[in-house]
Amino acid sequence: MEVGQMQRQWLDYTKSLFLEGFLDGQFLQLQQLQDESNPDFVVEVVSLFFEDSEKLLNDLTSALGQQSVDFKRVDAHVHQLKGSSSSIGAQRVKNACIALRNYCEEQNIEGCIGCLQQVKHEYNMVKNKLENLFRLEQQIVAAGGSIPMTELGF
Amino acid sequence: MGMAAEDQFHVLAVDDSIIDRKLIETLLKISSYQVTAVDSGSKALEFLGLHEEDEQSDANIPSVSPSNHHQVLEVNLIITDYCMPGMTGYDLLRKIKESKSLKDIPVVIMSSENEPSRINRCLEDGAQEFFLKPVQLSDVNKLRPHLLKGSSKGNQHTINKTDEATMEQENQSTERQRNILYHDLEVVQLEFDNL
Repeated sequence: MEVGQMQRQWLDYTKSLFLEGFLDGQFLQLQQLQDESNPDFVVEVVSLFFEDSEKLLNDLTSALGQQSVDFKRVDAHVHQLKGSSSSIGAQRVKNACIALRNYCEEQNIEGCIGCLQQVKHEYNMVKNKLENLFRLEQQIVAAGGSIPMTELGF
Repeated sequence: MGMAAEDQFHVLAVDDSIIDRKLIETLLKISSYQVTAVDSGSKALEFLGLHEEDEQSDANIPSVSPSNHHQVLEVNLIITDYCMPGMTGYDLLRKIKESKSLKDIPVVIMSSENEPSRINRCLEDGAQEFFLKPVQLSDVNKLRPHLLKGSSKGNQHTINKTDEATMEQENQSTERQRNILYHDLEVVQLEFDNL
């Protein structure tokens, strides 16, 4: 595939992520902070998000699996995950966290467990999408092209 | 393009989230601030050279000197997350405002929760600004007016008064110079007219 085609693919893919609600304006903010002096900023932040989230999701699974659930602890973890997903623009993950927090407040274990599944599902989806996006970016750069961020036109 | 270290403001950023630390660090660096980022209120106090036991009630005791030999730069502004385990951003704000040596450093609070009572409490207790997360570049642009360069506010006022007096004098002499110039021009004009 030649560079122009790859760039068009990148544009279409990125736009779809916004239209489908996986990403929100905050992700655009991150892209705008990336420049020649900070060329890998988005990948770096998102990688930190993946690492942090995986740990939090494990902690949440474990906390909700306890004989006596410590809801304060669960809430603290969800609060963290909600914050970090909001910071990178992972809108659907953030919204799922908000729902989970509500069940937590009600001390509804079944609700929490079901909602955690939803959070995991959303997380895996956005992780997958972002990895695809970054792979496309790598291909474009490897072929000598640049990532057409300014053409997003939002 | 590089600014000399002395010309840059130094911001201390405090946030327990590694993602948010990276984000605030980048926002600040893009805005040409020098940044030190720490992950807790206690680490922030450590960096500022303030220990839990310090109670500076005697004005004769000189300002707390940095405990870390590598802390050469002064801090011009502190930006901290509100929700942190252990010491919250609010606790940190209170400790800074209660410290003789640190109370004049402007403090900005960040939070993901839009709680008016929380916001008001922080502002009433000395925070300069309260930013809702995720923090944007437009928020960071609001920091510049709050930044204090060099010595404490008290000293700055003294300097300003002296500057004002000097400026007055200079203005008067400039006025005098201008008047002399006009006078000379008039004389020249008259001489031309007489030709």
